[in-house]
Amino acid sequence: MADKTKYRDKFPKKNPDGTNIIDLESQKFIKVWQGPQHPGITGNMSLELILQGDEVMQCKTHVGYLHRGFEKLMERRKFIQNFPLCVRIAVPEPDFNEYCYAATIEELAGIEIPEAAEWMRTLILEMSRLTSFLMHMGGQAGAFGLGVVAQWTNYVRDLMLDRFEEISGGRIYRMHMPPGGVRGLTPDGFESRMEETLKEIERTMADVDRTMFNSAIFKRRTVGLGYIDPAMVDEYGVTGPNARAAGIARDIRKDYPYLKYPELDFDIITATESDVYTRTDLRRKEILLSIDLIRQIMAKMPKEGEYMAKMPNVLHWKIPKGETYVRAECTRGEYGYYTVTDGSGYPRRVNVRGPSYTHAVALMERLAIDCNIADTAGLMLSLHTYPPEIER
Amino acid sequence: MKTLLKDIEERFGISKVVEQRPDEVFVTVKKDDAVALITYMKTHAGFTHLVLLTAVDWIEDGQFQLTYLLNDPTEKRDIGVRVMLDRETPVMESVHHLWQQAPTYQRELKEMFGIDFPGSPRIDEPFILEGWQDIPPYRRDFDTKKYSDETYFPRPGRVTHDPAEYMKKKLYPEE
Repeated sequence: MADKTKYRDKFPKKNPDGTNIIDLESQKFIKVWQGPQHPGITGNMSLELILQGDEVMQCKTHVGYLHRGFEKLMERRKFIQNFPLCVRIAVPEPDFNEYCYAATIEELAGIEIPEAAEWMRTLILEMSRLTSFLMHMGGQAGAFGLGVVAQWTNYVRDLMLDRFEEISGGRIYRMHMPPGGVRGLTPDGFESRMEETLKEIERTMADVDRTMFNSAIFKRRTVGLGYIDPAMVDEYGVTGPNARAAGIARDIRKDYPYLKYPELDFDIITATESDVYTRTDLRRKEILLSIDLIRQIMAKMPKEGEYMAKMPNVLHWKIPKGETYVRAECTRGEYGYYTVTDGSGYPRRVNVRGPSYTHAVALMERLAIDCNIADTAGLMLSLHTYPPEIER
Repeated sequence: MKTLLKDIEERFGISKVVEQRPDEVFVTVKKDDAVALITYMKTHAGFTHLVLLTAVDWIEDGQFQLTYLLNDPTEKRDIGVRVMLDRETPVMESVHHLWQQAPTYQRELKEMFGIDFPGSPRIDEPFILEGWQDIPPYRRDFDTKKYSDETYFPRPGRVTHDPAEYMKKKLYPEE
């Protein structure tokens, strides 16, 4: 005779690691798919959720809707041909791909870039961080019903895209940092227009602070949701703002100084409890820090000078055998390129290490357990994931 | 870094040490000692963060190179542990007990390179390519161009022109 008592508990029994023991045959659970058009991310990815009532008992991440095989494509293109390809891996902030790719190639080929180019790269990376955070802030607000914040932040993001257009001619894919330097420096009068944009962003952020962070609904839904324990940081490979919100003071800009970050004055922002509210608040502070850093860069950077290193003929460019890994702090965490060369005119292997790889799969599958189904989109957003860097 | 390298040299016998940067070293270790070395690095040497796990296909040598990139967040240094696998029988011990994100990397490697990690959770579930029939696509002998020509027939209206000829015909039609 079947043991009926096992179906009488309200919630399923748990494994020692905190996951639930699911028996779909018991008819107490329902399986729901969220995605691939998922409200919680920029891109396509789906969550396979098993629910008890409206609480998530098990979550599995499924990717593969955006696979374009970048890493494979790079193996049959010349080093310079890969430069416009690698930016496509992350739409909201393509510049980190450009920088990491260019930096690995320069390191393996032994190219030193001029100082003005280093400043310019720092400026672009910081502007890119700001735009990406603004886009994320809007999405995070939208997931909890504050759609108006998304309208505001996307408007000011657009102003920043105008500044990008002035520098490089491109709004989404800037493609301004080929291996060897940058394609140009800032145009005339750029500084004053940048200052205006930064002021506008500051005004908007003050409004966002009042509307979103002081909203009782937002606070009530997000405080305590998706808590990341500091012990989980290394176990799950958590990096970036998600880890800093848990009190782990790690910032690649400080720890592994690259470009001109050692000459800028800033502190690592940390918080104590990494729930959705704290993570969003930390990102708000990061936006303000980014604004401050852009002002510092604008004050210090040279307005003219050499910005491209002397390069060999890039069409017949061969790089000696070697391998290296270069990392940068992107908005979501640690972004890095592992490049292997074999002495030919093509890379042997390029591997992209995106922070979403760990956040969206292992970490999300853990955090979604016992979360309300209405909050999964907001939880997913608060990890700030982006699918193309998972499947490259 | 020097003392650490000497230490693991004595314990595990590493070879082909390349100091790429003062804070980044690549070493090669024998397949049987690899998981012992990685466990030692995590529990005793402070390399608690698994940055990435990936493979490189050295088809001309008949080998796969697995790279475990480990990071020490307190001393701020990296070590890349290379493991060479035979290309004919690519099987490697799993490290899923050390990091929760390791099964994801291993699932991807199984699918993209055909490297098996017995015992790793959900290792046989497709990660990106559902219903893939061909050889693992990230191997060097998989030809993407050929695959795309065979799988996706050219759409009507798409013709390839020789640029010089085409421009000449467009610009100077009467010649």
